[in-house]
Amino acid sequence: MTALVPSRPCHTQPGFGAFVRARADAGALVVQPRMGFSDPTQMRAGLAATKAARAHTSGTLTLDSYTRVGDLASAEHALRENLPLNGYPIASHPDSTTRAVLAGVRDTGFPVQVRHGSSLPRHIFSKLITLGLDATEGGPVSYCLPYGRTPLAESIAAWRQCTELFSHLRDLGAEPHLETFGGCMMGQLCPPSQLVALSVLEALFFRAYGCRSISVSYAQQTHAGQDTEAVFALRRLCEALLPDVDWHTVVYTYMGAYPVTEAGAYQLLGHATQLALRTGAERLIVKTVAESRRIPTVAENVAALEYAARTAEACPTTARDPGTDSQTYAEALALIDGVLNLHSDPARALLLAFERGYLDIPYCVHPDNRGRTRSRLDEEGRLCWAETGALPLAHLVRTGRRHEVTAAGLLADLSYVRRKFDRDARADRAAAAVAGSDPR
Amino acid sequence: MAQQEIEVVAGSARSAMRSRGTVVVSGLASDAHTWNLVYLQLVIEELGYHVVNLGPCVPDDMLVDECRRIDPVLVALGSVNGHGCTDGLRVVARLRDCAELAATPMVIGGKLTVSDEDPGRHAQELLGAGFDAVFPDQVSGTAEFAAFVASLPTAPRGALCVGRTE
Repeated sequence: MTALVPSRPCHTQPGFGAFVRARADAGALVVQPRMGFSDPTQMRAGLAATKAARAHTSGTLTLDSYTRVGDLASAEHALRENLPLNGYPIASHPDSTTRAVLAGVRDTGFPVQVRHGSSLPRHIFSKLITLGLDATEGGPVSYCLPYGRTPLAESIAAWRQCTELFSHLRDLGAEPHLETFGGCMMGQLCPPSQLVALSVLEALFFRAYGCRSISVSYAQQTHAGQDTEAVFALRRLCEALLPDVDWHTVVYTYMGAYPVTEAGAYQLLGHATQLALRTGAERLIVKTVAESRRIPTVAENVAALEYAARTAEACPTTARDPGTDSQTYAEALALIDGVLNLHSDPARALLLAFERGYLDIPYCVHPDNRGRTRSRLDEEGRLCWAETGALPLAHLVRTGRRHEVTAAGLLADLSYVRRKFDRDARADRAAAAVAGSDPR
Repeated sequence: MAQQEIEVVAGSARSAMRSRGTVVVSGLASDAHTWNLVYLQLVIEELGYHVVNLGPCVPDDMLVDECRRIDPVLVALGSVNGHGCTDGLRVVARLRDCAELAATPMVIGGKLTVSDEDPGRHAQELLGAGFDAVFPDQVSGTAEFAAFVASLPTAPRGALCVGRTE
């Protein structure tokens, strides 16, 4: 890893967390795309367009999948042969190129977060530290279990080392910021309580190894009421467990099978925006109309950012947590308690939790996941437990009669949101057509 | 290395069923998607097979080693990140190089290229490289895949629940 030259500047530069905090204090929701291009000119143009969008935006620099898995030879080969990658190869472009991409675009009014998806991210953190980039996301569990076969113990060790090194950016006058990806596990069909628990546990992991500016994620699922419970639960647990951390909440627009109709896609984004507003979440990751088909263009991303901003401005909502113990809160608390009681070191506790099945991700086929839990949608579209395996939830959850998972049933649950929003959009259009054809 | 075999199907009825043999389901080295593989596993299990699902981002070496170890009646590769054609051409050559896998049925399907152009040409290329069937998402669905699986000879090794035990 890069050796850091310690120096003690007299003041700390405001970072990603402080930017979001200031916007939230002013009553604004920060909106952010997911965006990455291999070509530096295109990457810079994408960031500039995000910055110029009529919205309170933060920027994203998403890395390519070769860099993610540490296959830098393939990333470099692609650059040499001029083959497009699905993101920005930060470890393969010269540092001067990356500095030029960011110069004059990234500033205190437009922070940039690096996104990757790596279970063994040493090469990426090393580059962030060299470049002075102070915001990124991920986590030892959420960037490991869903995406490959890296042993969980190796991912946890690598993330621990990276968190410690990254936190030393404070010695250089920065305030390094880490976002948990635990609230987005598997994209869909992970019950909200376990998403909340994972997000909190990854935040505690980051805190234990030195990070003091953290965001906790939660991805919109299948039922608005249940999602509201979940974000309130997440915030309440962070209030209690992260007293010495500057933290905020980031809501992700639905990450599963996305509606194919334009109206359905925007309506789902609108719902995610409302979720953020009603729960007091400070930041929102948007999705675009192109999501169901391909990687979105810069223009499509800007349109989504501005749509979310307009939605936020149109409905100034004051978030009010009812303060009651919802089912989601009770389950999340039981999961967190169960894990933290295994060991005082969050790294050891996480590893033991997966060994014992105290955490167990439905349908995740990673060798270190027990795979004894299942989820399903109930009649109202709530995401429920069908099997709880060894999760410490026996006193809270009754799964009732055994539900056999079928291919058709799984496909129906995976496409529930897409079908619902596309159907509503088509019904609206039909109603408008009928109204329009009415002679009166 | 010991392969933990995740059983997606919780129901006891199905696991007690006579298995037609073991199928390896796998993603390719650069593809991090899981849901396509979970769905594929359920479809194949419902056709009466035992499935070992290796999951996403499986390196070529591991896929070859696991197929040699398990000696499956079918290898089914699924891909949705657009690199399926590139990664599939590379790995099928490696699989076919193993004498014990020379005649094993192998198929690939999903979103195999980054563009929607000419799936037929890519399918021909993949068939030429050693796959027995190709199921590009634009032109084929579960029915075609199920028909192919149904045409496979039943558990040629004659066991009830196959999979070489170490």
